Amino acid sequence: MTVVAAQFQPGTFVDAIRFIVDNFGMLFHLAVEQLELSFAAIGIALVIALPLGLWLGHKHRGLFFASSVANVGRALPSIVLIAFGVVFFGIGFWNNTAALVVLAIPPILTNAYFAIDSVDPDLVEAARGVGMTERQVVTQVELPVGLPLVIAGIRIATIFVIATATIASIAGGGGLGDVIVNQASYGLSGVVGASLYVSFLAFGAAALLGLLQRAVSPRPIPQD
Amino acid sequence: MIVAAGPVIPNFGQGTSCEVNNGTFCVSWVEEHWHDTLWPALVQHIELALIAVAIGFVISFLLALAGLRYRLIDAPIGYWADFLYTIPSLALFQLLVPITGLTTLTVEIALVSYTLLVLYRNMVEGLRAVPPDVLEAARGAGFTRTQTFLQVELPLATPTIMAGVRIATVSTISIATVAAFVLPKGLGYPLFNALREDTFKTEIFAAGALAVALALAADGLLHLLERALTPWARRVRRA
Repeated sequence: MTVVAAQFQPGTFVDAIRFIVDNFGMLFHLAVEQLELSFAAIGIALVIALPLGLWLGHKHRGLFFASSVANVGRALPSIVLIAFGVVFFGIGFWNNTAALVVLAIPPILTNAYFAIDSVDPDLVEAARGVGMTERQVVTQVELPVGLPLVIAGIRIATIFVIATATIASIAGGGGLGDVIVNQASYGLSGVVGASLYVSFLAFGAAALLGLLQRAVSPRPIPQD
Repeated sequence: MIVAAGPVIPNFGQGTSCEVNNGTFCVSWVEEHWHDTLWPALVQHIELALIAVAIGFVISFLLALAGLRYRLIDAPIGYWADFLYTIPSLALFQLLVPITGLTTLTVEIALVSYTLLVLYRNMVEGLRAVPPDVLEAARGAGFTRTQTFLQVELPLATPTIMAGVRIATVSTISIATVAAFVLPKGLGYPLFNALREDTFKTEIFAAGALAVALALAADGLLHLLERALTPWARRVRRA
């Protein structure tokens, strides 16, 4: 490994900012690449996990399944998933996408399950009482009420996926990780600059989803 | 960087035919390298995670006490912990390198940072959920403030706190694999080497399985600890 042993170098952060400014085009290109990979993975994970979580939550079935998925998902280290992805799919787009999808499913599935499962039963009963079909109960009552928690799950999945997509560059995933793992070419200032960049990216995505979560959360009812 | 394709020759052509041909799982390699590669990595991994969770626990506990006492700082602490949590692990390790170098300290600072969110939240929630009636009763029974905290509030909050400890421990074991980028320690290191050595499958599966097994074992042990700490919870359930 070509790593320069570094002592305390506060100047590195100044150099890192300079690196970001000087290499704006390249970093932007890599950021787009990383976001493409991340969104593809989150999109696929949503298609798989969201309907399953909502359905299980609606039926109040699969509590053990939902919590097991969460526990096992948390125990799977991202590098292990990426390495397994390389073994099973070889180097390319799919090894990393598969690893990221596996990583994104647990928080989305578990939160969707608990979001719907915990909706007030009286509310659901009332919805059925006014003649709503099961489908309407899910889409017009349970989903709106559980939406903040569902989005919280998507937010956690997004944080995981962007973080792991950074690591995915060791398996040909591209993105800003290409700079972070290549100190030989970009120097410590490049590594730190790309790390700052990817941190802003992750923070931005998390903040957006946090705002969305807040926007769909019910306002507290005024006391008077 | 990994270069795929071509014959895979780990150990420069030494070893059994399974190893030379990069078979799916070569028991011979695991037997040969258990003592010089896998076992040391496992021990280092446990050390990294244990230290991080212990320090994270102490910091979160102090922050939770402060947050409960002074409500004003509760939200800022939560936001700060959440902010740290959003930073990608590889980036956080690298951002600390100019400050603390390629050291265990760098790794521990990052790992501790990730434990704060779940530990702090669960501690505050657990302690806040103690019913006021119960506190009233304790005060009525002549408990001092410290006694109330140690003998009433803390035991009642233990299940929530332990849930946080379990999540934090499993996550830390998982994230500690990424530490291999800045430190040749832990189970991430053999994984990393295997990826660079033309994807040597045996090492990937062995180290990967150890990491997952360690996380699940830690989760199970902490679950047992939680039950030992809250014997009344079982008694109530049985009744």
